[in-house]
Amino acid sequence: MYSEKVMDHFMNPRNVGEIENPDGVGQVGNAKCGDIMKIYLKIEDNRIVDIKFKTFGCGAAIATSSMATELVKGKTIEEALALTNKAVADALDGLPPVKMHCSILAEEAIKAAIEDYRSKQLVSSK
Amino acid sequence: MKYFALDNTGKGVLEMERRVYMDHAATTYIKQEVMEEMMPYFTEKFGNPSSVHSFGREARKAVDMARDRTAKALNASGDEIYFTGGGSESDNWAIKGIAQANKHKGNHIITSSIEHHAVLYTCQYLEKMGFEVTYLPVDQYGLVNPDDVKRAITDKTILISIMFANNEIGTIQPVKEIGQIAKEHGVYFHTDAVQAAGHLPIDVKDMNIDLLSLSAHKFYGPKGVGALYIRKGVRVHPLMHGGAQERNRRAGTENLPGIVGLGKAIELAYENLEDSSRKLTAMRDRLISGIMERIDNVRLNGHPTKRLPGNANLSFEYIEGESLLLSLDMKGIAASSGSACTSGSLDPSHVLLAIGLTHEIAHGSLRLTLGDDNTDQDIDYVLEVLPDIVQRLRNMSPLFVQHKGEKYYV
Ligand SMILES: Cc1ncc(COP(=O)(O)O)c(C=O)c1O
Ligand SMILES: [Zn+2]
Repeated sequence: MYSEKVMDHFMNPRNVGEIENPDGVGQVGNAKCGDIMKIYLKIEDNRIVDIKFKTFGCGAAIATSSMATELVKGKTIEEALALTNKAVADALDGLPPVKMHCSILAEEAIKAAIEDYRSKQLVSSK
Repeated sequence: MKYFALDNTGKGVLEMERRVYMDHAATTYIKQEVMEEMMPYFTEKFGNPSSVHSFGREARKAVDMARDRTAKALNASGDEIYFTGGGSESDNWAIKGIAQANKHKGNHIITSSIEHHAVLYTCQYLEKMGFEVTYLPVDQYGLVNPDDVKRAITDKTILISIMFANNEIGTIQPVKEIGQIAKEHGVYFHTDAVQAAGHLPIDVKDMNIDLLSLSAHKFYGPKGVGALYIRKGVRVHPLMHGGAQERNRRAGTENLPGIVGLGKAIELAYENLEDSSRKLTAMRDRLISGIMERIDNVRLNGHPTKRLPGNANLSFEYIEGESLLLSLDMKGIAASSGSACTSGSLDPSHVLLAIGLTHEIAHGSLRLTLGDDNTDQDIDYVLEVLPDIVQRLRNMSPLFVQHKGEKYYV
């Protein structure tokens, strides 16, 4: 059902954990639908220098969290915002059709964390 | 963990990952004795049971023997057993057949909210056809209250369909009491005994059962063959129209090897019932208590004692069922879950929600169903690997951190 890449990222997820004093945090999903993703960002000079995640969810949810964090690590905020769930799924050699909704969360969680970072920037620049 | 086995050429030893099958509620392997009885009916004894010649008579004799064995297991008589294509067909036939044949008497059906989809979706279909269906709630253990059944009966009620034992949480219903109520009110009683047949004592007379569904692949027989018991005199329309097979009530050339296998499997199951259920119950209870001792924030789903001998169903807080299944599968352990992500839908199991679990707890459910091939070493192995798997997933879970945080700061 899952590709080898998905199973690799599920069994050995990259960037699991939390960041102390993060510059941005985003949480999406809810327990009702079955998948919850939380992303922590460290940002320097408009660039994601560190990223960590925590995920409650199925194999696809955990693997897409892991892959998405890998894809945006070291990227600028603008590059990270351009990440699509399709790109995440492709990087994992595809996901079963019924699992595509799980991959949307990874994209949304990163966007939510960047959103959080930007709103904090606005507050501190005032 | 690794073990050594002969490879399939029989020549060398092969290093294999250990595999432990704990999904017997999904399906079972075919026992050797069953397979041996079936084999000749694929090849030399291939006749059509409806044919007049010796090939046909030989096949007919085998079908009749399987029918008698099935009848004996249920305390029914042979002419009350009808072979079908499995549990789903038996459920469909019983419910649609009763509804069609008795609609002049009424249009009301009573069932429970934890039935298998073969019953629930059939009832929903009949609702579209103008029937009215009452879906009774269950308590925290998944038990139907017989008083609720009694109270739900109206002068329009034609059928009560309550499962014998639940496929997910293993809860065994008070079938005899419900049968008694049905009898007193002159309402037909159907029970989906797909998980019970071959695993629990069944007496259709003593329990006042009018119709009963069973399926061979749940008790070490082949897939795609089942039976419907229809008590003599019960008015049921056919589901399948065509030839005169099964005394004009179920058309289609018989699945001869399958029926032979069903007959042998049910006979074997009831010969070994006491031994097998004593052994399974002991393993099940050791598995459940072992898990609860080793892992925090676990709950047992279903009734502690009124449950199928081989069924263990537990919810692990803060984690999701499919990731649990995948992790167990990596260790060679085959299990199942009621989480949404394993079903392809967005909702977790209707059974777990019906017993009052929240969505997140329902998503974290794990069903381990034991069978005759499981050993004490299998239980030890699961108890050895499961705590680390749960811990790994919890460490990844944002819900677990929130929980720990609460404990810290409150
Ligand atoms: C309670 C129950 N009813 C019906 C069925 C359907 O049986 P079958 O797969 O033989 O059609 C099952 C099988 O999963 C079951 O557990
Ligand atoms: Zn998912």
